[in-house]
Amino acid sequence: MRAVTQVYEGGFSDAVFNSQEVFRALMEAMASPGRVVEIGKLAAAPSPISSVAASVAATLFDHDATVWCDKSIAGSVAAIGWLKFHTGLELTSNPSDAQFALIGDLETMPSLESFAKGTSEYPDRSTTIILQIDGFNGPEELTLSGPGIKDTQGFAPSQLPKMFVDQWAANRGAFPRGIDLIFVGKGALAALPRTTRISKKEA
Amino acid sequence: MTELATYNFAYLDEQTKRMIRRAILKAIAIPGYQVPFASREMPMPYGWGTGGVQVTAAVIGPNDTLKVIDQGADDTTNAVSIRAFFQKVSNVRVTTKTTEATIIQTRHRIPETALQAGQTLVYQVPIPEPLRFLEPRETETRKMHALEEYGLMHVKLYEDIARHGRIATTYAYPVKVEGRYVMDPSPTPKFDNPKMHQSPALQLFGAGREKRIYAIPPYTEVVSLDFEDHPFEIQTFSEPCALCGAKGSYLDEVILDDKGGSMFVCSDTDFCEDRQAEGHRGHLSANPAEAAE
Repeated sequence: MRAVTQVYEGGFSDAVFNSQEVFRALMEAMASPGRVVEIGKLAAAPSPISSVAASVAATLFDHDATVWCDKSIAGSVAAIGWLKFHTGLELTSNPSDAQFALIGDLETMPSLESFAKGTSEYPDRSTTIILQIDGFNGPEELTLSGPGIKDTQGFAPSQLPKMFVDQWAANRGAFPRGIDLIFVGKGALAALPRTTRISKKEA
Repeated sequence: MTELATYNFAYLDEQTKRMIRRAILKAIAIPGYQVPFASREMPMPYGWGTGGVQVTAAVIGPNDTLKVIDQGADDTTNAVSIRAFFQKVSNVRVTTKTTEATIIQTRHRIPETALQAGQTLVYQVPIPEPLRFLEPRETETRKMHALEEYGLMHVKLYEDIARHGRIATTYAYPVKVEGRYVMDPSPTPKFDNPKMHQSPALQLFGAGREKRIYAIPPYTEVVSLDFEDHPFEIQTFSEPCALCGAKGSYLDEVILDDKGGSMFVCSDTDFCEDRQAEGHRGHLSANPAEAAE
């Protein structure tokens, strides 16, 4: 009984204006890579999906969106039930078929290579990966540059996928093919589109 | 608000907005690349800005202030009707002041006043494919973009030079975005091309009939195609605006009589009015003292 109520609760209280608010945060984040954009607590999903991840899911997912979830999320009946009930998304078991990927645990996530990069003719048919992290004041600051960034932009997510800088350089090298990242932290989100270049800050 | 109840906020249904929003995010991630989207029928004919209207509708919210321009003017048919449309279906604040707007929907001009970070410029695009008049087949133009094969476009510009002694393209002048995609800036005069380069504002392009959305993020390199010996040049005007005396703005010719008389005035009405309010006068402007009487 408990699991059932968890599934039905926590959607947007106002589907129209909440999703507009979240989309504008996403659009600002995508247009200004690395900028941390705050959003309110608009949706709440069962653990392990965070509130911000739930809001992004409710804004972008529907029956036209194929989504791959990692084990940490796919393993939770309540979390998957929430996504299905509130968004009507289509789940896939193959990351390379996914338009979106929802990652709860960065430690065990597959390499960026395993997701869809689009084709040369249609580079937009690629995966947008939503990475759930703790926050944006991590120990290591990356320096970003590229479209959307005036000079450089610092970016310090609390967690990163393994070998991230190398993986990202390979992703950047495949441009215009490539995957795009949305980091969701506590009360805020940030994005790294495929155009962004990363240089590690000189120690 | 009673009138709003007849439609969803900003006219489009939520599923359509999600589809357009997903396309916009991909468009921003791949600057200059045309993302296909499932363009809907809008309550206005194709060619009236249905692409721009759909993009604006997917983006706009209650905190926005909207400005709509048609060839630079806030008071021409297309601008007035689209502004009225959004007032009716989304009840947002509207303005004619470039500096007050958060979203500016435009038909074929970029405002003279420099855009700021945080502003979004939405272009109405008739034909998004810059290679379309050179190669009619979509399959082929897709391949040309994929292979970065833009020789044909340079041949076209070269033929201009061979025939006219200069590049005769004056509007919809092709640009290269971030060194990769050749893009049609929509039929804006080439005068506006330099404003797209490293603009602090986000630029979104919507083509309703052709079902494409593309974008230029802020601070992105936008270079007009040219040749070393025939560098890109913008239009210049020999006389200043007849109403506000502005020298560096884009001017429209207005016919005054049937004897060949005409005047040149700023195409950006907000810019021109602002200058007049600041006391700038052109040679045909009314004497402010007389106008007050």
